[in-house]
Amino acid sequence: MTAAVSAVVPARPRPQWRRIARRFLHRPMAIVGLVLVLAFIALAVVGPMLTSDPDLQDFQVVLSPPSLAHPLGTDDLGRDVLARVANGARVSLLAGVVSTAIALVVGITLGLISGFYRGWFDAVLGRIVDVLLAFPFLIFAVGLAAILGASLTNVIAALAISQVPAVIRIARGEAMSIRDQEYVSGAIADGSRDGAIILKYVLPNAASAFIVQATVAIPAAIIGEATLSFLGLGVQPPNASWGILLTGAQQYLAQAPYLAVFPGLAIALTTLGFNLLGDGLRDALDPKGHR
Amino acid sequence: MIRFSLRTVGLAAITLVLASIVIFIGVRLLPGDPAQVLAGEQASPELLAAIREQFGLDQPLWVQYLRYVGEALQGNLGMSTRNNIPVTDLLLQRLPVTLELTALALAVAIIVGVSAGIVSAVKQGRFPDYVANGLGLIGLSVPSFWLGLIAILLFSVTWHVLPASGFVPFTTDPAGNLRGMVLPALVLGVGLSAVLMRQTRSALLGQLSADYVRTARSKGVGRGTEVRHAMRNSLTTVVTVLGLQLGGLIGGAIITEQIFVLPGFGKLMVDSVSSRDYPVLQGAVLLTVTAYIVVNLLVDIAYAYLNPRIRLNGGTE
Amino acid sequence: MSTIAAAPAAATTSAVLEVDRLHVEFSTEGGCVMAVKDVSFTLGRGEILALVGESGCGKSTVAMSIPRLLGDTRARIEGSIRLDGVDLATLSERQMRHVRGKDISVVFQEPMTSLNPAYTIGRQIVEVIRQHEKVKRSAAMRRAVELLALVGIPDARRRLSAFPHELSGGMRQRVMIAIAVACDPKVIIADEPTTALDVTIQAGVLDIFRRLRDTLGTAIVLITHDLGVVAEVADSVAVMYAGRVVEQCSTGEIFARPAHPYTRGLLGALPSRALMRGGRRRLADIAGVVPPPTVDPDECQFAPRCPRATAACVAARPPLAPFVPGHRVACIHAGGEETA
Ligand SMILES: Nc1ncnc2c1ncn2[C@@H]1O[C@H](COP(=O)(O)OP(=O)(O)O)[C@@H](O)[C@H]1O
Ligand SMILES: [Mg+2]
Repeated sequence: MTAAVSAVVPARPRPQWRRIARRFLHRPMAIVGLVLVLAFIALAVVGPMLTSDPDLQDFQVVLSPPSLAHPLGTDDLGRDVLARVANGARVSLLAGVVSTAIALVVGITLGLISGFYRGWFDAVLGRIVDVLLAFPFLIFAVGLAAILGASLTNVIAALAISQVPAVIRIARGEAMSIRDQEYVSGAIADGSRDGAIILKYVLPNAASAFIVQATVAIPAAIIGEATLSFLGLGVQPPNASWGILLTGAQQYLAQAPYLAVFPGLAIALTTLGFNLLGDGLRDALDPKGHR
Repeated sequence: MIRFSLRTVGLAAITLVLASIVIFIGVRLLPGDPAQVLAGEQASPELLAAIREQFGLDQPLWVQYLRYVGEALQGNLGMSTRNNIPVTDLLLQRLPVTLELTALALAVAIIVGVSAGIVSAVKQGRFPDYVANGLGLIGLSVPSFWLGLIAILLFSVTWHVLPASGFVPFTTDPAGNLRGMVLPALVLGVGLSAVLMRQTRSALLGQLSADYVRTARSKGVGRGTEVRHAMRNSLTTVVTVLGLQLGGLIGGAIITEQIFVLPGFGKLMVDSVSSRDYPVLQGAVLLTVTAYIVVNLLVDIAYAYLNPRIRLNGGTE
Repeated sequence: MSTIAAAPAAATTSAVLEVDRLHVEFSTEGGCVMAVKDVSFTLGRGEILALVGESGCGKSTVAMSIPRLLGDTRARIEGSIRLDGVDLATLSERQMRHVRGKDISVVFQEPMTSLNPAYTIGRQIVEVIRQHEKVKRSAAMRRAVELLALVGIPDARRRLSAFPHELSGGMRQRVMIAIAVACDPKVIIADEPTTALDVTIQAGVLDIFRRLRDTLGTAIVLITHDLGVVAEVADSVAVMYAGRVVEQCSTGEIFARPAHPYTRGLLGALPSRALMRGGRRRLADIAGVVPPPTVDPDECQFAPRCPRATAACVAARPPLAPFVPGHRVACIHAGGEETA
């Protein structure tokens, strides 16, 4: 920048949300992703209201393949698979969204403070994050689930805690790079309060990185919940979770393959939806990046 | 180079020490009193006290930790509470299975992922690119345990071409061992292939438009050599991604072993959680994390080797 | 340096390179960019032609289209480029590969990024030698040492194993030149080879070009926006404005009788004393902006910035026409009084 410019504090660059939305809507795959994610949310929210009781056992129709009465068939206890998949969606949505939300709030707060102030807090937190990231995600989650005990709440807690270190690292990087921008140094020179600067400048400018991170973290948490439940460390039977449904399906792979197909398809389509949505958002937010 | 390596190794060692403390404390936080587990439900208070004293459980936590580390460094990780076998023996017995599984999966992922990424970048916007991208997205979205079930459903239950379970050691029956490993390794490798494909593609696309590639073309080299120039500079990305994704591979191995009933590390870990065999859990997690840290260290060093700027300056960029 | 002055420029008989009515268009999101319009020139053996003009006037695009380096996807190229009478557009990509680096080589504008950061200098020089000649690696390495010495890199043998980031910008540009001259090309296209370098190094680089021309008879298209460079080494000059050549003549002519108001504007900020001493100045900032390259109206594109513009200037585009013998200019006021 030239000397003449540095005297004036440049205006904070605003992300142009309308342009971004237009770019996003121009990508067919991004829209497919959005539709899949909305379908998943609809299944989780209204699905259980429209289907029968997921725990209702009917020994007349044990292991019956898909039919009109039971569109996705029934399991070994005669329970309706569609109802159980819809219920599993609710568990997945809870696990995915709540754990990610917790991880983002905690991680962003710690990360922004750490990156904005640096100093001893940053040094200590950085070391802790390094150590926590030395644990493979699933091993960390398995360990936490073992410590906390198997239940949906504890799975959510375990997933949230496991995701925090990565979020801290991203938020810290964003805070450090934004802090060095001229409009922030200008605000600091003007004597604005730090908290106000973080809320007014740093957070909004880092928002796109966090949105993209959320589209990565939510499906990771959904798969994490299903995995923990599949391993018997998460949601406990008879509650329905996609992971639990697949554990049950494992024994009847030969007689009733549809038991394995539908819950897995639900996980795959949901994850695919979030991945496409994330790709689309990334491209819309940063059109120059290669993909 | 030497200065760089020393710093990296030092940092890794610190991380390892801190991680071992986290594991040690984590295991103490697990529900259940270890002395109670050892002595059984009906044990008298005197017996419990005796056991505590014998195993040093009455000492302060840091003394216990130091003692554990001291023993661990001599290869003694305690005894399994379930079947009274030294933890080290159990781990050594399970290690080859997991190593073979992850190595095969890694090989699959590197071969498939990197070559698909190269093809996709070189044919950007054309048919092979769409195919690779589509498969990559699917590979990224399908959870490995479901893929495992579907693979068993197709290859074992329906077509009877490959076994769904039944591990045989390589030394006993190499062909049988490999036959049993095909499905698990493929299933475990798919996710990583997809990630590698996408990252290789995007790194290579960035490099292919770099000035030095134009220089190479101006020398009269063919397209293959141009791509080789660009790929050489994309390798750092590929190696970094490999390092970052290794944790996912280890996590995936836990599930894959569970599905295909492979007597490896992951299965040992999950079983020890359900049977509350905490010395085994602690040993297994410690060894896994150690391996993870060491491999990441190797990745850092490989990264420096691939990037002459870091190698010679002895610092970070 | 050299006592053998091989070819006094303008008097050459056979043309090595003929560029004839070259048009280059890029299709972009913002529309069709006409980067080069109707550019023609010929280059004789041992001739150094300077292509000058402000940034964005299409010099690099001309340079890149000669060895067909623009990539065929987004650029549309018309007109012909002939090397020793052979139209390069008729060659297959495979045949073209034998031309690049062997008959025509390029020194790029960006010395900092034009070398592969992961390969040693030696490897990058050897690559071009072994691409075009059947020689052993060891022989190519010896050749690389000679080349590095030729372009004035001290301690050449040791430099072979250096990586680009260990060299300064000037040294890197010398390496680029070593690569360019490795196979004794007929034509070197040097795109602003000295712009990124500081003055003392510039002189050395220009000296290398002059020596090559003198000893090997290499023809050079030297792109620059530095008129000092032109005065120092060029035999003839083509001045470009907004994708077109607006004035073309020998170096002596351009300084003695600049005919186009744009050329005079460029010369305006160049004190003659600096010229004599070979000192360097950037092109003068002429008031006004270059018109967008997406339109090509039938008028003089310089008119909006021209101190002598009249209604006639925007009535029709003035053709590039002879002004005095060997001196062509595209301006209807070119014949008028000399003082501007
Ligand atoms: N690959 C390209 N795609 C689109 N426009 C281009 C491309 N390359 C150059 N241009 C445009 O062509 C014009 C001439 O550019 P260039 O030849 O680089 O000029 P110079 O080298 O004289 O500075 C500019 O307006 C530039 O924006
Ligand atoms: Mg240029």
